[in-house]
Amino acid sequence: MSELAITVIGPDRPGIVADVAGLLAGLGANLTDSTMTRLRGHFAMTLVCSGPAVAEAEAALAPLSVDGQLVSTVREVRPDGPQNPAGEPYVVSVHGADRLGIVAAVTRVLAEAGGNVTDLTTRLTGPLYVLVAEVDLPAGSAAGVSTRLGEVATALEVGITLRPAGSDLL
Amino acid sequence: MTEALGGWTLAALGEPGKVRPVVTAPAQVLGGGGAEVDPLSDEVVRLAADLVATMRSAPGCVGLAAPQVGVAAQMFAVDVTGHPKSVTVHGTFVLCNAKLVEASRWRPGREGCMSVPDLTGDVKRASRVTVEGVLPGTGQPVRLATDGFEARALQHEIDHCAGLLFLDRVAGAHAIYQRKVYL
Repeated sequence: MSELAITVIGPDRPGIVADVAGLLAGLGANLTDSTMTRLRGHFAMTLVCSGPAVAEAEAALAPLSVDGQLVSTVREVRPDGPQNPAGEPYVVSVHGADRLGIVAAVTRVLAEAGGNVTDLTTRLTGPLYVLVAEVDLPAGSAAGVSTRLGEVATALEVGITLRPAGSDLL
Repeated sequence: MTEALGGWTLAALGEPGKVRPVVTAPAQVLGGGGAEVDPLSDEVVRLAADLVATMRSAPGCVGLAAPQVGVAAQMFAVDVTGHPKSVTVHGTFVLCNAKLVEASRWRPGREGCMSVPDLTGDVKRASRVTVEGVLPGTGQPVRLATDGFEARALQHEIDHCAGLLFLDRVAGAHAIYQRKVYL
């Protein structure tokens, strides 16, 4: 059974999720993981589903693009994708005046330490730019990463915090 | 009503309990809620001992409710002793038919659960609570005031007894995560 990665993006309106999910359900596609959000008025969704072939999914989703608003892509992915070795989970928060290169500078620090960004959101609201990222850091690297992030914070004139995101088992 | 746990100890449960298999979602028993129990019945006392034994068998586990071992009953074991986030600690205890009667100072925190082994989630819980329940073996009613991590653990377990998982209380659509650290 093939596994497909599908993206849909376009101006937000009510019913996009219902339309996409309905078309895929009609194909017998089983939605597994998905994430959907709104980015400055554009609705963006990324999902993985199993069942249909690429051509079937593309044909089924084609009606979404008839009016030129929504754009969808479909591609086959390998089931269970590559698994990265687990590190220690941390949350990075950045906030400050918007300026070019904040995401690049912060994620470069994380990458140089061997950190793997597993989730990241940025929001620009008025003059305030906010970045929140989840990152798996190699064991024992957090102190060094924190120091490097501090240097970046000074250079960019933003606030950056790094804190553990470990969960408690209840 | 006793203000705290008084002189209750595990000795009230008699023989040491046995480790039972932990049920994981989507098992139906986790979603149905539990019936009130008779804290003096042999069956309940045995289950209380088994909950303690099973909780202690899992590294890092600070609480275990009856539905998590497949029994739809309102009882749970808790022990946050030694946890770095604990402030007030009442040691190991089991409560039957527990209810949250006061809750304040809500704080977010990331929770994992033995019954949802592959996900964690951000959940807002009261950091100060008062819980009323009954002790197994003695039938003594207690009123327990606590805070911090023990308060979070009590709310998590009371939720289990009502058929709720932390997944029912996560802060938003992007507040659940693949679990990355296995104890």
